[in-house]
Amino acid sequence: MSESDTADDSLQPNVRQTPAGKATGERTDTLLQTEDLVKQFGGFTATDSVDFGVDEGELRCLIGPNGAGKSTLLNLIVGTLQPTSGRIYYDGQDLTGLEPNERVQRGISMKFQVPSVYGELSVRENARLPIQQFADGEERRRRVDAAIADAGLSGYEEVQASALSHGQQQQLEIGMAASLEPDLLLLDEPVAGLSVDERDEIAARIRRLNREEGIAFVVIEHDTDFVAEIADKVTVLHQGEVFREGSIEAIEADPEVRRIYLGGEQ
Amino acid sequence: MATGSTDGVAGTDRSLLGRVRGRLEGPNTVGNSRGFWAGFALAVVALVAYPLVGSGEQFSLFLVLALLGLSLSVVWGYSGVLSFGQVVFFGVGGYAFGVVSINFPDATGITGAVLAGVALGAVSAALLGYFMFYGGVRDVYVTIITLVATMVMNTFMAQTAGSEWTIGEAALGGFNGMPAIPLLELGVSGVVSYQFVFNSIELFLPAVGAVEVDPFYYLALALLLATYLGLRALVNSDYGRVMVAVREDQDRTRMFGYDVKRVKLLTFTLGGALAGLSGVLYAARNVYIDPQVFALWFATLPVIWVSVGGRKSLLGAVLATIGIEYFRLSIEGEMALVVLGALLLVFIVALPGGVVPWVSDRLAGSELEMSEIDDTDAPREVTDS
Repeated sequence: MSESDTADDSLQPNVRQTPAGKATGERTDTLLQTEDLVKQFGGFTATDSVDFGVDEGELRCLIGPNGAGKSTLLNLIVGTLQPTSGRIYYDGQDLTGLEPNERVQRGISMKFQVPSVYGELSVRENARLPIQQFADGEERRRRVDAAIADAGLSGYEEVQASALSHGQQQQLEIGMAASLEPDLLLLDEPVAGLSVDERDEIAARIRRLNREEGIAFVVIEHDTDFVAEIADKVTVLHQGEVFREGSIEAIEADPEVRRIYLGGEQ
Repeated sequence: MATGSTDGVAGTDRSLLGRVRGRLEGPNTVGNSRGFWAGFALAVVALVAYPLVGSGEQFSLFLVLALLGLSLSVVWGYSGVLSFGQVVFFGVGGYAFGVVSINFPDATGITGAVLAGVALGAVSAALLGYFMFYGGVRDVYVTIITLVATMVMNTFMAQTAGSEWTIGEAALGGFNGMPAIPLLELGVSGVVSYQFVFNSIELFLPAVGAVEVDPFYYLALALLLATYLGLRALVNSDYGRVMVAVREDQDRTRMFGYDVKRVKLLTFTLGGALAGLSGVLYAARNVYIDPQVFALWFATLPVIWVSVGGRKSLLGAVLATIGIEYFRLSIEGEMALVVLGALLLVFIVALPGGVVPWVSDRLAGSELEMSEIDDTDAPREVTDS
């Protein structure tokens, strides 16, 4: 795929993806859109004039070399970092300057790269924390049990979260983030350090959450097999800029992407 | 935000007692068994009976200071904010009580002075907390600012000796402090009131004979028990779960939609109110207060109490305050502070979680071993027993 082909691909109008991931041609509103998003750390520019959009129900993967600005972009979207310049729009509203918790209240949720479940609390206490905001009594109990079961942790309810394996902590944290019922879920390397089986379980779970519950995803991942398995569309970041956008097949075939990131022949 | 929804063992008991236990028990407190509550009831009976055989007047000071210990436990142990400034709110509460009660020395005025002391403790904590938490101050810098606030108050109050430092009839008194605080009398003047300080009650007990008891002791004991049980309910509620989450990981908690700054401010304000109440009772008991309540050595004491007892344990804060203060006042003088400093170092290195959680873990381990021997299918809580 040539550079111009990729550029055309990225300029496609927003097209609603069905739960099965197939384009229907139905136009929808963009869920998330950044405009000229710049983040500088001293003299280093981590993201440079990034225009990045995600449609409702889309499953987008974000790839690129280390230092490309992927995690910075997610942190800007969720508000744990504030941009040097530029704007972030979500569901038609300007989020720029809002606190992370205010963005979460508007429907964005995120799982950080390093599993950060509450180690001193039990699995049940962890699962209860996000759910207690909008459910009480029997409804809460049902949702907590469902979230634990969905994470594959039934029987571990009273186990201290720090005693779980790395993969179980990742599953628990994804479950906690998803239990907020977000419209957009940001995942930073959700399968890093996991076995093939665990990776497959998380891929299946992401697809199910996307297709059955309509949650849009932005997933940072280096594992291209995993990306190929889940992504509707892929964005390549390089040196803080959007380098390419398109289908995984188009991205993998792009010689420039292969040169800077994927390796192999140019 | 909904509160109180523990699903623990007691939470399945639908009787009134079971529902009360359900509110008071949970993973954020030690002591969630029938055995604990039986021991608690025995301890309460012993505390009620203590003035009949010992000095309730002396012990009442420990009960008052235990409220100060609890104020730090809830702020540091449950929300992760290490404050050296609890004595600021303690002192503000005590001075406010003195100023208002001296100006309005009848029962109604003194009762209002108690409320004013608690309220000003809370307001001063809210103001300091607002500028810290909404100003982006975190971690060790909060500790430094609260320590500086303590030193500023100590210096400021020590220079209030002149007549210009008089509020109505109340002279702040500078280094010499504020004497002649009225005797604590609660109620409404001319309707119903009761004097709690220097008003011994004489009782005649068949086996013991005539004894005098101090009503202030029982007031302090009742307030301490109510505060302890109230805080147990709080830390085991939904809000308590959020407090603990903030302590464990602020950034993660924000990502679940919680306003972490607000949670810390509310908890800090509650800590200020409790410290203010402790200061009010301290000034009322001594009918006197001076700037030593803002001194560095005094500011360090709550940190030592809570560290030794276990900062994540309300019970630890209470027991360690009483035990350490009993020890400190037994030794007297500078040597007591040297020993306490060494004690703090030892506990930070050897037992960073504190005594009460350590004992609780050992007891839980014993129970687990017994249950394994008995081959029962009793639920195994991973947290405090």
